[in-house]
Amino acid sequence: MKLMLHVAPGIVRYPLIASVILETSALLNIERASIDAVSGEIVLEVPLEKCTEVKEAFERRGVRVVPLEIPVVRDENECVHCGACVSICPTGTFRFEDWRVIADSGRCIQCGACVIGCPHRALKLVMK
Amino acid sequence: MDRQAPIGFYRIADFRAIVQEKSLSEINERIRDGSARVVTAEEMPDLVDTLGPAGAVREVDVVTTGTFGAMCSSGVFLNLGHSDPPIKIVKAWLNKVEAYGGVAAVDLFLGATQPSEDKGIEYGGAHVMEDLVAGKQVEVEAEGAGTDCYPQMELETALRLDDFNQATMVNPRNAYQRYNAATNSSDRTLHTYMGTLLPRYGNIHYSGAGVLSPLSNDPHFDCIGVGTRIFLAGARGYVIGPGTQHNPQNNFSTIMVTGDLKNMSTRYLRASTFHNYGPSLYLGIGIPIPVQNEKIAKNTGVRDRDITVAVVDYGIPRRERPSLKIVSYEDLKSGMIDLNGKEVSTSSLSSFHVAREVALTLKEQVKKGEFLLSQAVEPLPRVGSARPMKQTKESPYVGDVMSRDVVTVREDIKVEEAAKLIVSGSFDHLPVVSEEGRLMGIITAWDISKAVASGSASRISEIMTRRVYSARLDEPIELAARTLDTHSISALPVVDRENKVIGMITSNHLSRLLARRR
Repeated sequence: MKLMLHVAPGIVRYPLIASVILETSALLNIERASIDAVSGEIVLEVPLEKCTEVKEAFERRGVRVVPLEIPVVRDENECVHCGACVSICPTGTFRFEDWRVIADSGRCIQCGACVIGCPHRALKLVMK
Repeated sequence: MDRQAPIGFYRIADFRAIVQEKSLSEINERIRDGSARVVTAEEMPDLVDTLGPAGAVREVDVVTTGTFGAMCSSGVFLNLGHSDPPIKIVKAWLNKVEAYGGVAAVDLFLGATQPSEDKGIEYGGAHVMEDLVAGKQVEVEAEGAGTDCYPQMELETALRLDDFNQATMVNPRNAYQRYNAATNSSDRTLHTYMGTLLPRYGNIHYSGAGVLSPLSNDPHFDCIGVGTRIFLAGARGYVIGPGTQHNPQNNFSTIMVTGDLKNMSTRYLRASTFHNYGPSLYLGIGIPIPVQNEKIAKNTGVRDRDITVAVVDYGIPRRERPSLKIVSYEDLKSGMIDLNGKEVSTSSLSSFHVAREVALTLKEQVKKGEFLLSQAVEPLPRVGSARPMKQTKESPYVGDVMSRDVVTVREDIKVEEAAKLIVSGSFDHLPVVSEEGRLMGIITAWDISKAVASGSASRISEIMTRRVYSARLDEPIELAARTLDTHSISALPVVDRENKVIGMITSNHLSRLLARRR
């Protein structure tokens, strides 16, 4: 399960992830992190059974946590199953199955590469 | 296995003695009475393998091909009808996309890749075509010449596809026989007409239907020629000749086609935009091939593994992009290719899913007697031309305009020393080099100011930029200018083949050059 963390500037210097790992003993994997002067966005892969515990631990530290259930959606009327999204996805969200492009949304880390890579503008990130 | 034996539902051919040749009228006769045996080019190879070419001629009458991909070289002639008072259109726009008005009074040519003036590349000529085919109304604006016979100077109107007298698609270059695959050796992501190419050979993109490709199934033009009736985006279309850059000697044949936009379907005509590149038109084209003799049968037995292309490096922004490897469509479609010992993920930009649908739809149309095959008036030329451009005005090279009196430094010098060198020299940049003079980094007056202001660094190795962009001596200045622009920088060290610094080119050099030209 992927969790999107929205980290406010005030707490971005605090070792949030390390402290949550120590508290929950969850094997977290940081899949994407972008932190600048005004905010931080971090996408974590969390084992399913630890998900609630990890989410609550972050929330207690003032982090807004959004589970990425459907991170990317496709407009079926626009998609022509070309495959321009397949090889550019860092996590292998898209694959061909009998030449139709199948999406495994659970892998998406919302990097947005497919959104601009799609010639038919069929893909959108679901932002929360 | 008995090569004469029928397989599956393909019934035994009539008892004509050793049939080797079939005439087109014979085949059309069968199409008319609904008895024609039709397969797609994807189904054909197994039949040719099982039955042999002679058997395949007996068992199969028509092979349908199909392709669906970006075909930039496409457009449509539109006749608006005459206004009152009449106008001789000089310039015209459809939904803010300019169409060429230099053909008579109210004929326009709308090109697929023309971007709009309000939405840029997100909406272009291809999108206007898709909107028209979808039944939408488009806003038309025109400027007139103002003559005695055409006094109107300006007009605005809103038109649907039915409102045009003619909307005739004429595409200068479609349905490439095959197309080179693309990858990227450079260290930044490239956005090209071959899609997003990730840095350091991060992926490979390809285009073309391989086994279903119309021209790969008739590479010597035994069937396809001027006047061949085709499936063009759901409508009946025709091949009107070789496409531009038709290059059959190297198996890069193309066709020029025409068809009535009014009969096309958005299922097979789809607008697209390649990020940072521009609009293009995805088009479905299918060509039926009559299996008249063994040679044709053999050719339509072509498989993905028989069609090879080069993987070329778009990281080199020159006409002659280096070719890294020869691969087949079978390799490309496998999803992974070994490139210099690294597994690189591949994916397509054209849709095999829709290409297959084109071939299957055409198959059904032929089977039902709705699509008759036509005899070409002339085969496509077996020799074409795709020469490079003759450039009469030579563009200067970096070596012609750069400064050679460049001061370089080693990384262990002090920040103060670097500051002195910048003040006494002629550039705000100091390339940092190794003992052998090879480029390692760069330091700018701004880096030094920052270091002095914070008082933290003493050696330039602590503050230099190690990811440094450079130019080559033999590079056209246009490329150096684009590197400066892309990375918002003002100077590039010029290096030789061994990465040794031999000069410096700055935005000042380039602006001086431009000023002299004017």
